[in-house]
Amino acid sequence: MSAADATATQATQAPRAPVFIALQANNDTIPIIEAIQADNPAAEVLEFPGMVKINAPGLLVIRRASIEERVGRDFDLREMQLNLISLAGELDETEDEFTLEWKSA
Amino acid sequence: MTVEIRVQSVKPLRQTFGHIARRFGDKPATRYQEGTYDLQSTVNHHYKPLWDPEHDIYDQRRTAIVMADWYALKDPRQYYYGSWTIARSKQQEAADRQMEFAEKRDLLRQLPGELQAALQRAILPLRHYEWGANTNLCFVSAYGYGTALTQAASMATMDRLGMAQHVSRIGLLLDGNSGASLAEVKRLWLDDPAWQGLRRQMEAIFVGRDPIETFVAQALVADALVYDLCLRRFEPLWTASQGAGVATLLDFPLRWQEETNRWVDSVVKTMAAESEANRQTLQGWVDGARARWSAALAPLAAAVLGDAAGAAALAEADAALGARLTKLGLKASASNLNQGAAA
Repeated sequence: MSAADATATQATQAPRAPVFIALQANNDTIPIIEAIQADNPAAEVLEFPGMVKINAPGLLVIRRASIEERVGRDFDLREMQLNLISLAGELDETEDEFTLEWKSA
Repeated sequence: MTVEIRVQSVKPLRQTFGHIARRFGDKPATRYQEGTYDLQSTVNHHYKPLWDPEHDIYDQRRTAIVMADWYALKDPRQYYYGSWTIARSKQQEAADRQMEFAEKRDLLRQLPGELQAALQRAILPLRHYEWGANTNLCFVSAYGYGTALTQAASMATMDRLGMAQHVSRIGLLLDGNSGASLAEVKRLWLDDPAWQGLRRQMEAIFVGRDPIETFVAQALVADALVYDLCLRRFEPLWTASQGAGVATLLDFPLRWQEETNRWVDSVVKTMAAESEANRQTLQGWVDGARARWSAALAPLAAAVLGDAAGAAALAEADAALGARLTKLGLKASASNLNQGAAA
C-alpha cells in the first residue's frame, strides 16, 4: 500500500514522468525514428546495439502522416508492432496517431 | 556468488558506404539510398561505345535536359528491387483474385454480344500499346542518366509487360482461352482505322533520340490520355447496363497508374524546377505530344463512344492532364485539338 502511495505521490510531483518506446534498429524503423524526432523535439534518441530507445518527457506522439512522408507509401501504424520491443506510458492508438502519455500522473 | 552480466557494445566504424555518407551524413542509410545513389559509374569508362562515338556509355549530353545532380530525380515510392517486387507481388495476388472472380462467374461471356465486341475493340488492343510503352521505357532506362531515374524506368518496363499480360488475360476470358481474340486484336492494332493514330504516335516515340523526351511523351502525356480515355471514360459502356463486372478488371491498371504517376510527376516536377531552360524544353515536349496524342485518340474515342460523346470524353481526359501539368510547374494551355473542338 505504502509503496503504491509513494509511487502516486512521486508521479504527481513529476507530472512529466518520462515515457519511452524501444524499436529494433533496422531498415523499417529508420523512417519511424526520423518521424518521431521531427514530431517530438524534446525526445531523446538513444542508440543501442540492435535497438533504438526513445525517451520523451511526459508525451510522445507518433504520426502516420509523418511516417508516410518518409517511406513514400501508405503506412499502417500497426506495422510498427513488428519492430516494437517495449514501451512505457499509457497508450492511445488511433489510425492517425500513436500517443504515449502518463495521463493519471 | 554474483554473476554480473555486462553488455559489450561495439560501435561500428562507419554506418554506411562512403558515397552515401558524403550525401546524407554518416548515419544508418535506407536500402533505397544504398541501392540507388551514385551507383552508376561516372568516370573511367573503359570502352567508348562504337555505335555512338560522340557519347560515353553513360552520358548526360544524350538529353536536352540539364541537371546539376541527376540523383535529385529520386523515386518518391522509394522502390529498389526488393521493395518493388514485394509491392508488385501483393498487387498481382489481388489482380489474380479479380480475374478468378470474373472467370468463375463467366462475367465477360455473359455480356451481350455487342458489348463483348466493344470490349475487344476498345480495350484489348492496349496490349500492343503496353508493349510499346515497355520498349520506350527500356530506352529511358538504357540511355537516361543516373540510377535514380534509370532503375525506376527499368522497373516500369516490367510493369508494362505485366499490364500487357493483364489486358491479354481479359482477352482470354472473352474467348474462353482459345486466343482467338488476341489474334483479332493484333489485326485491329495493325488495320483498324480507329487505332492507327495511336500506333503511329507510338512508333514516332520509338524513333526519338532523347531519353527524357521519350519519358515525357510516354509516361506523362500518352499514358495520362490513353489510360484516362480507355480505362476510365470508356467504362460506362459496360457498367451502365451490366453492372461492375468489367470495371473490376479495368480497376487494377488504373490503380497501378495512380501509384506510378507519383513517380512520373515527381521526376518531371524536379526537372522543371531545376531551371527555366528545362521548364521550357519540357513545356515544348509536353505541348507537342499532347496535341499529337489528343488528335490520334480522337478517331478511337469517336469509334467507341460516338462522335459527340467521344469528343467530350477526350476533352475531359485532356483537361485532367492539363490540371496535372499545373501541379508540375508547367502550363496547362489547352491542346490544339481542344481549341479546334471548341471553335
